[in-house]
Amino acid sequence: MRAMILKEFRELRRDRRTMAMIIVFPILLLIIFGYAANFDVSNIPTAALGPQAESISQQAPDLFDVTIIDPSGTAENAQALLRDGEAQVAVATDTQPPVAFVDGSNLFTAQAAAGALGHLGDKITVEVLYNPDLITAWVLVPALTGLILMFIGTVVTAIGLVSEREHGTLEQLAVMPLSPSTVILGKIIPYFIIASVDMVIVTVLGILLFSVPFNGSVVLLTVGAAIFLFVVLGVGVLISTVSESTGQAIQMALFFLVPQILLSGMIFPLAAIPWGIRWISYFLPLTYYTMISQGIMLRGAGLDSLWQPFLVLATMAVLVFTAAVLRFRRDLTPRRSRAETQVAEGAAA
Amino acid sequence: MTFGVENLTVRFGSVTALRDVTVDIPAGRVTAIVGGDGAGKTTLLRALAGLVEPDSGNVRRPDVDQLGYLPTGAGSWKDLTVEENVAFVGGAYGLTGAPLAERADPILERAGLAGAKDRLAGRLSGGMRTKLGFSLAMLHTPDLMILDEPTTGVDPVSRIELWRMISETVANGAAVVMATTYMDEAERAASVVLLVGGRVLLSGRPDDLIGAMPGAITVTESPTDRSLAWRVGPVFHEWLPSGTPGGVDTVQPDLEDTCIVAELQSRSLTAGDRP
Repeated sequence: MRAMILKEFRELRRDRRTMAMIIVFPILLLIIFGYAANFDVSNIPTAALGPQAESISQQAPDLFDVTIIDPSGTAENAQALLRDGEAQVAVATDTQPPVAFVDGSNLFTAQAAAGALGHLGDKITVEVLYNPDLITAWVLVPALTGLILMFIGTVVTAIGLVSEREHGTLEQLAVMPLSPSTVILGKIIPYFIIASVDMVIVTVLGILLFSVPFNGSVVLLTVGAAIFLFVVLGVGVLISTVSESTGQAIQMALFFLVPQILLSGMIFPLAAIPWGIRWISYFLPLTYYTMISQGIMLRGAGLDSLWQPFLVLATMAVLVFTAAVLRFRRDLTPRRSRAETQVAEGAAA
Repeated sequence: MTFGVENLTVRFGSVTALRDVTVDIPAGRVTAIVGGDGAGKTTLLRALAGLVEPDSGNVRRPDVDQLGYLPTGAGSWKDLTVEENVAFVGGAYGLTGAPLAERADPILERAGLAGAKDRLAGRLSGGMRTKLGFSLAMLHTPDLMILDEPTTGVDPVSRIELWRMISETVANGAAVVMATTYMDEAERAASVVLLVGGRVLLSGRPDDLIGAMPGAITVTESPTDRSLAWRVGPVFHEWLPSGTPGGVDTVQPDLEDTCIVAELQSRSLTAGDRP
């Protein structure tokens, strides 16, 4: 028994990734959950429009952070601000009583806002847009499509590529008359197709089973999903290049996946995460895909209001995918260096 | 055409895996690379296949579409059937449809895999999977076949069948280089290269190497110098560096004896205390 326990500890000590998983992962989870797992929204970006905009901004409770004051604005402008994600609550005072439009696509923010505004009684009319009944599934399904794309794009792709290395067939591919780009694309395209089909199935099922609305452009969401898929496929390829086994690939993928689920705004609202942790969210691709999918499906937002997440995702796609392809290409072509010239000379001789 | 390496040196960090190695691999012949673990056999084959970058020296190999490579313990995709493996590898070399079937069917027939086309490669026995790997490597009729210990862990009957396939490949004009730990196999090769510590210790036809072995070999139950003896079954073979002293029976050495003697001689030369 003692020998067995010692053996296990010795093996663990040398398996640095598992050790990191055992020690770092619980600490990471504790910190993230401790700080980020917060449904209580304390700061809601708010717009005040119409003739009483100034007075609304002065009288608004602390919960509402009035960042936009437009005395000439109308109810129509207020709805546009919500659609474009520039505010989560917009109070239009061009009607009597004033109307507070609340963005229902930000579930917990909307719940907090509706609760606070409800205390005002008849003084204000509250109208929740995009998700009037504040149904959780309506908010989760768009984000869930991203999670599925990420799972297939990262975990399944990494496992698929690592298995070639594990079984020794990567070397065989390297000596076959296949260009590195053929091998890389040949390995990635099937996962791209599978992830796309999965995403369509989940979206359609979400619409059919949970009546999730699809108010925006299908083409725009398809483009957004494709860009996001390039990012996560790139991460999958990168993970495969630094993993020797399937187990290692899964470990690394977990390190990548878990923070995305917790910090992307998919479950916990970004506004409720303190800045000490929230900055991490802005390095995570799922954060931007969630903004895009919720914006398009629930609010019917267009590219004019979603260009920023699109731009960030596209930049991530170029950087990550290029890095992944370069690393994978290196694994496939160790012969493309000094040796090649010598081989050509030798063969000619 | 003769393939091979000239003055090849390969280093991995501070470790020199191959040092100034020269090996000729002529067409229509089997060249066997022998040596113990860590001798540099796999590195040599991988350098030949273009998978390792030499630090210096030349590698002569054909274009990639004329190269067949069977790495250790692999050679096929385990989640594909035999037929799907053939279709994939054939496709990579531009063989599809009738031309592929024309080429693959006889190979699979000779490999004893014709009746296993629908079986997953991962479900085949070790011997059958190696034969599948070999079949895939020779599907495009390469000029150079590189085989890394193809018979290790393979049952005797499959080994014989594999050797028949190797002989046919050579008869068709291909150059075959194979690493092996089995000396009886190496003796079948046209030439043998003994690698020790990344250096070529012996190189030539097996008979010539055996004939040129210095000293003599005696069989004994109690060797006079343990450092020069090795166990062969219930007895010892002992190398007598100065030849046969009177009254001692000697035996005709085989390739294994010759390789061991070469290594002993190398060690003693390095130590400087023996001839």
